[in-house]
Amino acid sequence: MQDIVCTVVENMAIAKDTYHMSLMGSFTESLRPGQFINVSIDGQYLRRPVSIFNVRHNVIEIIYKVVGVGTDILSKKTQGDTLDTLVGLGNGYDLSKSGDHPLLIGGGVGVPPLYLLAKELLKEHKTVSVVLGFNSKDDVFYAERFKDLGCADVTVTTVDGSVGIKGFVTDALPENYTYVYTCGPEPMLKAVYKAMKTSGQFSFEERMGCGFGACMGCSCKTITGYKRICKEGPVLTKEEILWDD
Amino acid sequence: MGRLSVTLCGIEIDNPIIPASGTFGFGYEFAELYDINCLGTFSFKGTTKDPRFGNETPRIAEAPAGMLNAVGLQNPGVDKVISEELPKLKEVFHKPVMANVSGFSIDDYVTTCEKLDKEPQVGWLEINISCPNVHGGGMSFGTDPNAAAEVIRAVKKVTTKPVIAKLSPNVTDIVSIAKACEEAGADAISLINTLLGMRINLKTRKPLLANTTGGLSGPAVFPVAVRCVWQVSHAVSIPVIGMGGVSSAEDVLEMLMAGATAVEVGAANLVDPYACPKIIEALPGAMDKLGIQNLSEL
Repeated sequence: MQDIVCTVVENMAIAKDTYHMSLMGSFTESLRPGQFINVSIDGQYLRRPVSIFNVRHNVIEIIYKVVGVGTDILSKKTQGDTLDTLVGLGNGYDLSKSGDHPLLIGGGVGVPPLYLLAKELLKEHKTVSVVLGFNSKDDVFYAERFKDLGCADVTVTTVDGSVGIKGFVTDALPENYTYVYTCGPEPMLKAVYKAMKTSGQFSFEERMGCGFGACMGCSCKTITGYKRICKEGPVLTKEEILWDD
Repeated sequence: MGRLSVTLCGIEIDNPIIPASGTFGFGYEFAELYDINCLGTFSFKGTTKDPRFGNETPRIAEAPAGMLNAVGLQNPGVDKVISEELPKLKEVFHKPVMANVSGFSIDDYVTTCEKLDKEPQVGWLEINISCPNVHGGGMSFGTDPNAAAEVIRAVKKVTTKPVIAKLSPNVTDIVSIAKACEEAGADAISLINTLLGMRINLKTRKPLLANTTGGLSGPAVFPVAVRCVWQVSHAVSIPVIGMGGVSSAEDVLEMLMAGATAVEVGAANLVDPYACPKIIEALPGAMDKLGIQNLSEL
């Protein structure tokens, strides 16, 4: 983990209430897909955890949705503003388990971490299939960027059918794949858990105090004991997940 | 003695800065970031007789100038703390450490303290009779002078280490509880634990925390803490450790001027992992500005 004062390079709306922000800083640690950053926001006491969408040279890109006061303040940041950021948090996805043909399933603002993951998997010459679910046409972002990366197939679903396949991500899963990587709202993760035919890794979201393992604010129960979403997570394997109900 | 050093129950510490229990784990998350031996000491994660998962999530919520938490004393239990956490702690911290103990009955407190008393690295036992986030035990001992005294008296019988009573501000008269603890043999008082609070999600109309209520900490509670430290330190003759929203060297000096011997830093560690070393580094400059030669003179 590094504590870095980052400079906002870009902060633009890309879908309904959804923003793409690029942050420049002197990052020395190599960042893994599925890791997150924890951003200090003026006027707010707690930092806000946001997953990493992309990393290039000394720039980290994040995508976030305005859901409350903190993210609203974040959305008003402009080029040149600075943000105190804890970088390189969480375990991230384990790429070694992917097999030849990993399937990436994202829902809403659970889509971003899958982008860096797809990029890394493609570097390892994997055949990458992607299914991205959104509520409606206005919420959809960056499906074409997954295609541009070189993913074998990219399917979009919307709940209202305004674009792509009508329904949920689980209505559009391909026949063949070797492993699943997923991130999204908990109901989607549960549905994927039931529908998937292989093993896989799930990225979870939780309210956090610190983001680096000190406060026990984001603990969850798993088959293999208590885990902190911020430290031993946010990525858990299918085999260790213990659903609440 | 250095400019910053103070003596806490017969143990000299290099400076009065002590990360508060529940915000510093067992030290090693922070030891990855800086040499935690720069600290006076730290109070480790609240330990109970049996392992505890704590409350359901969400356990954390934003508050104006602070935060709410309802972690609920998640810890691996005293046996695992001794067999697994303390050996790891020892590798990164080479000073006496403060053990923080919680319980749900007098027996719980006694059993846990008896075990921790045998640990050479434990310098002090901080008895948490003020956790607002557990049902039965916790704060219920700290809101009644007789119950508070009973816990302290029982614990004193099983340890030769200094016993610190950690008090709750969620009471009508904190002085009477502090005095009862002093009479029961407490070697020091630490205060304040968090203030009981809650928030509601406007969209769902439901509490933000799964536990409904939680403890408020952060700068929002600092003036309450200063007031409590002032009142208690003027009423007892044992040392007082001040805590509650301390975030800067100036806050530390204010706490010491209110009557504290040392200062615990809590929530600040969570939003800035380097909060404590920054405060320690800033203290000499802040003292110079105010003409303070040594902290021990305050």
